[in-house]
Amino acid sequence: MSIIVENASKRFGDFQAVDDVSLTVPDGSLTALLGPSGSGKSTLLRIIAGLESPDSGRIMIQGNDTTNVPAQKRNVGFVFQHYAAFKHMTVHNNVAFGLKIRKRDKAEIDRRVNELLALVHLDGLAQRYPSQLSGGQRQRMALARALAVEPKVLLLDEPFGALDAQVRKELRAWLRRLHDEVHVTTIFVTHDQEEAMEVAEQIVVMNVGKVEQTGPPRELYENPKSEFVMGFVGSVNRLGSLFVRPHDVEILQNPERGADEAMIEHLVHLGFEVRVELVLAEGESLWAQITQAEAEQLELEKGQIVYVRPSRAKVFDRNGRPTTEELQAA
Amino acid sequence: MLANSRRSRWGLRGFVLGYLALLLLIPLGMIFFRAFQHIGPAFESLTSADALHAFYLTILVAAIAVPLNTIFGVGCALLLVRTNFRGKTLINAIIDLPFAISPVVIGLALLLVYSRTGWFGPWLDANGFQVAFAVPGIVLATIFVTLPFVVREVVPVLHEIGDEQEQAARTLGANWWQTFWRITLPAIRWGVSYGVVIATARALGEFGAVAVISGRISGQTQTATIWIQQAFQNFDQSGAYLGAVVLALLAVSILVAMNVFKRKEAT
Repeated sequence: MSIIVENASKRFGDFQAVDDVSLTVPDGSLTALLGPSGSGKSTLLRIIAGLESPDSGRIMIQGNDTTNVPAQKRNVGFVFQHYAAFKHMTVHNNVAFGLKIRKRDKAEIDRRVNELLALVHLDGLAQRYPSQLSGGQRQRMALARALAVEPKVLLLDEPFGALDAQVRKELRAWLRRLHDEVHVTTIFVTHDQEEAMEVAEQIVVMNVGKVEQTGPPRELYENPKSEFVMGFVGSVNRLGSLFVRPHDVEILQNPERGADEAMIEHLVHLGFEVRVELVLAEGESLWAQITQAEAEQLELEKGQIVYVRPSRAKVFDRNGRPTTEELQAA
Repeated sequence: MLANSRRSRWGLRGFVLGYLALLLLIPLGMIFFRAFQHIGPAFESLTSADALHAFYLTILVAAIAVPLNTIFGVGCALLLVRTNFRGKTLINAIIDLPFAISPVVIGLALLLVYSRTGWFGPWLDANGFQVAFAVPGIVLATIFVTLPFVVREVVPVLHEIGDEQEQAARTLGANWWQTFWRITLPAIRWGVSYGVVIATARALGEFGAVAVISGRISGQTQTATIWIQQAFQNFDQSGAYLGAVVLALLAVSILVAMNVFKRKEAT
């Protein structure tokens, strides 16, 4: 097992950032720490890197207790949201930094830097300064810099958070391919569930300093262990005590058993997908996700009265834990 | 509306220029003019042993005080920005004291501590070390008055660059010293240079504190500013003017350097 966190806690003043978190990250895996802001995910990542020290608990990296090892001796690669590029150094010198600190000889450094710049598709830009690069290029340079020292683990703190949507999409796919090539145990922090599901093999969902659930993306989506996870990983409607995914809301033309009357408030066409915003007779609102073909077949229009029923739903108890596994409509 | 704003803009420009001319440019120009009116005797006076010594002493004192304050200033700025501790506000306030206190008061305060009747004076005297009315006293006074400049220039730059680059360097294996030399110092270099330049300008021009602590012994503890003032009092007006011109030129060349740094900082 590559990274083990045991009962880690960290407080900043009155704020409990990380609350008794235990976590296991398998060797060579690509894991996402997912949660809203303030959930403690970045703090946990910084504790693993040694940039923060936990108030209590232990950190093991590849079998060694590193809890009291300073950051510069942990041999972790860390990538920051805002790149943390060394502004006064060229791209080449940025990437070479860790190797120069380790006093490798010049020929070896040059060879390794060129190799890495090719890996992150920055060959030809070695003599540029960070200010002459785009955001996406800077972040790839930061990745090459982190990988240069052959870290035991690679930690990325919201690595694509400062980039625009298009570049972010490209870099996600690219990060997954890169991980297939270099196979270094990787943890990245994100608040974007789509990003986590797209990139990670394992997702750790965090909320108010605690781990809510850990598992592969599909597992989290299909079997959320809490109200929070269901709401955070994927969209959800609330109908009384029922939690229903928008694609599990069935729209009917005529009243049927178990179906409630609803009015279409809005139709949002998103290409293949159509989002139907509805209001129930009692005033509750919900939305259904259907395909364009379905919408056309049903001849849906704004202001129309339809009947809705959940085809699948979940119920959680007072502590937010699931009580009924699945509730199939008759 | 547009014409109106243009008129008021020109009016403002005229006012500012007039103000600067009246208070700065005309008096400075007069000094240049007067110095070159009797250039022969002025030159003779300025090349006298006492005058040369005074300028030498001024430069020597600046060369000691400014590097010391640079080291202190960078260290102190790092302490204030990168660490959290009790008493930080107090240190912050103390650093600004030299801005607030008149240099004459600073000179007197130093005299109270270091003169032969002061607190440390007798002990220092017994050990054969003279501070008041000697070069060490002048250096101390100059350090005191130039203390805030480097700190105050470096603190905002440190805030601005943040500590992510330093953290990145640490995760890449750099220790504190390597991080400082390779990352922090290059990142704050223009701020430091700017601070050094103003501290130097201030050190060269210091009069009040040095006048009190130095004892104004000509050829020994007389700095350039004091020499100029005494030349003036001794009716060697052209010498005083030329001395003032030389000091002004030194300061102006430093101001030019400062503007170069400012421009580099902006890029």
